[in-house]
Amino acid sequence: MEESVQNILSAYEGKKEEIIPILQSVQDTFSYIPQDSMLEIARFTGVPESQVYGVATFYAQFRFTPRGKKHCMICRGTACHVNGAARILEEAETVLGIKEGETSDDLEYSLETVACIGACSLAPAIMINGTVEAKLDPKKVRKLFDKEVKNA
Amino acid sequence: MPDLINLQNKASSSWERLNTGDKTLITVGNATCGRSAGAMDVMETLQAETAENGIECNVIEVGCIGLCYMEPIVSIKKPGQPMVFFGNVTVKQTKKLIQDYLINDDLPTELTLGTYGDGQIEDIPALFDIPVLKPQVRRALNRVGFIDPTNVDHYFANNGYSGLEKAFEAGPEKVVEEIKLAGLRGRGGAGFPAWRKWSFCRQAESDQKYLICNADEGDPGAFMNRSLLEGDPHSLLEGMIITGYALGASIGYIYCRAEYPLALERLRLAIQQAEEHDLLGKNILGSGFDFKIKIKEGAGAFVCGEETALIRSIEGQRGMPTPRPPFPAVSGLWGKPTIINNVESLACVGLIMQNGADWFTEYGTEQSKGTKTIALVGKVKNSGLVEVPLGISLRELVFDIGGGILGDGKFKAVQTGGPSGGCVPEELLDIAVDYDSLNEAGTIMGSGGVVVMDDSTCMVDFARYFLDFAEKESCGKCVPCRLGTKQMLTILEDIVEGRGKPSDIELLEEIGEAVVVGSLCGLGQTAPNPVLTTLRYFREEYEAHIFERKCPAKQCKEFISYHILDTCVGCGLCLRNCSSNAITGEPKKLHTIDQDLCTKCGVCYEVCPPKVFSIEILTGELEEVPA
Repeated sequence: MEESVQNILSAYEGKKEEIIPILQSVQDTFSYIPQDSMLEIARFTGVPESQVYGVATFYAQFRFTPRGKKHCMICRGTACHVNGAARILEEAETVLGIKEGETSDDLEYSLETVACIGACSLAPAIMINGTVEAKLDPKKVRKLFDKEVKNA
Repeated sequence: MPDLINLQNKASSSWERLNTGDKTLITVGNATCGRSAGAMDVMETLQAETAENGIECNVIEVGCIGLCYMEPIVSIKKPGQPMVFFGNVTVKQTKKLIQDYLINDDLPTELTLGTYGDGQIEDIPALFDIPVLKPQVRRALNRVGFIDPTNVDHYFANNGYSGLEKAFEAGPEKVVEEIKLAGLRGRGGAGFPAWRKWSFCRQAESDQKYLICNADEGDPGAFMNRSLLEGDPHSLLEGMIITGYALGASIGYIYCRAEYPLALERLRLAIQQAEEHDLLGKNILGSGFDFKIKIKEGAGAFVCGEETALIRSIEGQRGMPTPRPPFPAVSGLWGKPTIINNVESLACVGLIMQNGADWFTEYGTEQSKGTKTIALVGKVKNSGLVEVPLGISLRELVFDIGGGILGDGKFKAVQTGGPSGGCVPEELLDIAVDYDSLNEAGTIMGSGGVVVMDDSTCMVDFARYFLDFAEKESCGKCVPCRLGTKQMLTILEDIVEGRGKPSDIELLEEIGEAVVVGSLCGLGQTAPNPVLTTLRYFREEYEAHIFERKCPAKQCKEFISYHILDTCVGCGLCLRNCSSNAITGEPKKLHTIDQDLCTKCGVCYEVCPPKVFSIEILTGELEEVPA
């Protein structure tokens, strides 16, 4: 892993303002921010490790545990909320057996809520690995994951 | 600027050929919303099937024309005919369109939305005469949905970069003067006059000044900027170059959400095209003005919509606001004078320079000039992106453009301005959509998100939803915001979960007011708005929860129960779909719900056939409820 972090860093100059873009590329590569990578980034940009950690934990985009193979983002935008997003989340949690923010033990699924995926006219919606599943209700959610679980 | 005129002329003739040539032109709305609805499959089918049938045509991707409820949208322009728009086009219907319209010349009228351009087709209205589009005035969005956003020639051919040309001819002072005449107010939220902010920056002496475009559209339920970026990215670039020129800034940043991958892709391409055409870089078009644009991806923090927090984020720090003054216009990014404008404000700058201040002020009110893009969502029939003259009434917006309430339900309230705004009840539906009228009603224009609610939305729960958002997004710097939102959220959770106390309402108001006055930035100052406005207009709902243990909207689980009426025909649909096995009953006989097992998920209510409609939701003390 150390090597690939160094690879990522080699594309940057080591300026402080690059901390966020570097964290973004690290997450792109590993699907999360491994703890060790933060020390490397701190050394590279010349700031204390605590500061890199502070930045990484401040922004919602960064996660510190690996993502599941199927990353499910449940939209909690206003339009989705009004159209029943809370029940969609509840159903997904029940079917997948994990809570919001968790990854299943077999690393198949991770579940997250997001502020808005911008598919407001198709509310309520879930984005699974970049594909939007639109106009859901609890029944459709169960079908969706039953199918997914069987396919997996 | 002979180079630019050459480019524009060349682009115009190829645009002309595309639109009036002897090949059929097909466009597919392929922005994020279209893609979510399946536009990519439609596009592939179109390409494959037209090739297979030997149909000569140009298929291009365009942005979103805003009729999101009709996505995917396809338009077909046959030579010598007006362009015909089709809505809700699935893959199957794409094949039908090709077979019927392109091959057999038989227009499937059931799919048509309207025609656009010269000429008419019998029984089909002009696109801009249909009720959802008629009251709209599309200016910032005028090219969105009609041009290919990846083709800079399409932008050139539609008046593109002519505003920049005029700006260079007029000089920076005249540009500011024109923007002042146009009365442009910031489209991002607060509505501060753009020219005034600019003049602080112009007066500041510095070797380096910056322009930042705030494209970190974080309001849940708002996607105006995304549509503009995806559908017409050059309009932002043109506005930024002009603004940079007026300010004397040589570097511009676009701070855009990482959650908008398509917008980022389109922006990167547009910047590259602008560089190739000498519109960005050194000595732009021989004017002596240098300007470059860099993209910074946001990492998901709502507070970064606040100017000083956004600056900290670009600098690579935690996005926490700092006290003003000094204002960013004097000391901003790395201590240099910095202007931050919203995407739509900057696109308007380009439009004003292209068409003049008089044209811009044709619409709007005395204090709020021009038009505004609005994301109209929630329980409304025609949800989507609209652009209306400022000053239009909320009623027109919801009922004329929006087409009324989904499922013909009863209108309850409309929320403007996202988490910083407030809810407006039916009595105030006739107020004007402009900065000042909305402020008077206790809400704000914000960036233009409008959420419509019907009587199935619980206002207490809705306020709780926004407080939950504000509490999570509070950066934690100011104690009243960090702890105040937390306390307010706890109280609201207590109320919706049945632990509300009589003193809660006053306490909410007291804490809310303290958060407003005790917070440094706009997030904290406005976070209590959803609670304060619902308390002002829907107090009885709070009281019903606390004193009567009722949820009038029948949403809060603690106060509702599901029951099966004796009209039940025993079809067994609810029984099969109940995930908690709470429903029992023999086939063709009345079913019952075991209240101890019921998790109140509501699936039975949804699956019960509308003809039978035997599930009833009751709210109030269980004693009053029939067994």
